[in-house]
Amino acid sequence: MVEFTLWDIVRNLLLAARWTVALSLVAFVGGSVVGLALLVLRLARGGIARRFVAGYVQLFQGTPLLMQLFLAYFGIALLGIDTSPWVSAAVALTLYSSAYLTDIWRGCVEAVPKGQWEASGSLALSFREQLRHVILPQASRLAIAPTVGFLVQVVKGTALASVIGFVELTKAGSMISNATFQPFVVYSCLALMYFALCFPISLCARVLERKLNHANRR
Amino acid sequence: MRIELDFPAVLAEWPLLLTGVAWTVGLTAVATVIGLVLGVAFAWARASGPTWMKLVVGTYVELIRNTPFIVQLFFIFFGLPAAGVKLTPETAAIIAMVINLSAYATEIIRAGIAATPPGQIEAAQSLAMGRMQIFTRVVLPPALGKVWPAMTGQIIIVMLGSAVCGQISVPELSYAANLIHSRNFRAFEATIVATLTYLVLAILLRRLLNWAGPRLLFGR
Repeated sequence: MVEFTLWDIVRNLLLAARWTVALSLVAFVGGSVVGLALLVLRLARGGIARRFVAGYVQLFQGTPLLMQLFLAYFGIALLGIDTSPWVSAAVALTLYSSAYLTDIWRGCVEAVPKGQWEASGSLALSFREQLRHVILPQASRLAIAPTVGFLVQVVKGTALASVIGFVELTKAGSMISNATFQPFVVYSCLALMYFALCFPISLCARVLERKLNHANRR
Repeated sequence: MRIELDFPAVLAEWPLLLTGVAWTVGLTAVATVIGLVLGVAFAWARASGPTWMKLVVGTYVELIRNTPFIVQLFFIFFGLPAAGVKLTPETAAIIAMVINLSAYATEIIRAGIAATPPGQIEAAQSLAMGRMQIFTRVVLPPALGKVWPAMTGQIIIVMLGSAVCGQISVPELSYAANLIHSRNFRAFEATIVATLTYLVLAILLRRLLNWAGPRLLFGR
């Protein structure tokens, strides 16, 4: 029988961690783009668009991410497109992130005083110019800390991609555990690795929160 | 190209789905009650316990909040037996959910406690109330009231997160969906039905918590 050292376990987990990072980045960047588009749609058009975005957010926040991953995995295949776990996971996590990000950012835009909209409107700025020069610069300052905080949730969410067979940290962990018969060691290392990924981001979000919210505090 | 969807085939397996819903609801209920009690205790320890307690609880909260639920579950179910602790899937699921919720609840309740105006505590002290009395009667109820919306959101996240427990063969809703799909090969339809059921459960749970919170935990 082959003997596995602790270093073998850690090295293989580190190699798999690259995929966790890659999937997180794709989902976060993709989610930001889609989330921003939804936000603008919601701000620009009344009634129907607002209801559509609200429904979208409710749908993704009210169902398990695991189910969303399954839906993407089975759904894309149903359309006749040959899909890989990587593509399905990227699609599902992008949509999931976009729903949360658009909701977070909506809160930030609403936190910008209404007078700012009125003042910029009275200066004859178009909707585009209002967003570009007045509202978004102020809202984005408020948005930075919660957005960084959400990144932690995305990283943790990528762990579920293991269930549809995408080999990232968690999947690699169970494979290594099956090969080495050392589940306690492997899952401890796995948890510590996620901690090493997420904790610095959490700290960063907390520091940013303190720094950027200084003006708003009494 | 035509896509044929066969929902009746999935809905015909309604007893399985119902069992799944019952398990999901049951797991969530138990985890919520124990998780909230632990959350209050830990929040107290973090706000006014001795230094070593603050350190232990702080580490616990950060460890849990910065690792995925599925890893916590796998650690408890697959990892602990190697250290001599054998658990059934159901017990492992409950423990993982309680641990997960209690860590988030601690942080949420702590924020509520921190928002207590100092004058209220001084007033209670001037009425000769004991430390425990002040905490349970003066500090805690309004603190819970303030953070209840956040807590509701977290409990719903835990309910949705319980879908992962099907991976260690706890017979909850997502497991039922997988079972149905392995019986009739209607993977997409089974997943859609389960997903929509989760959505309904989430909406109902939010209503229930909004109703129950003010009546049971912090009187109006």
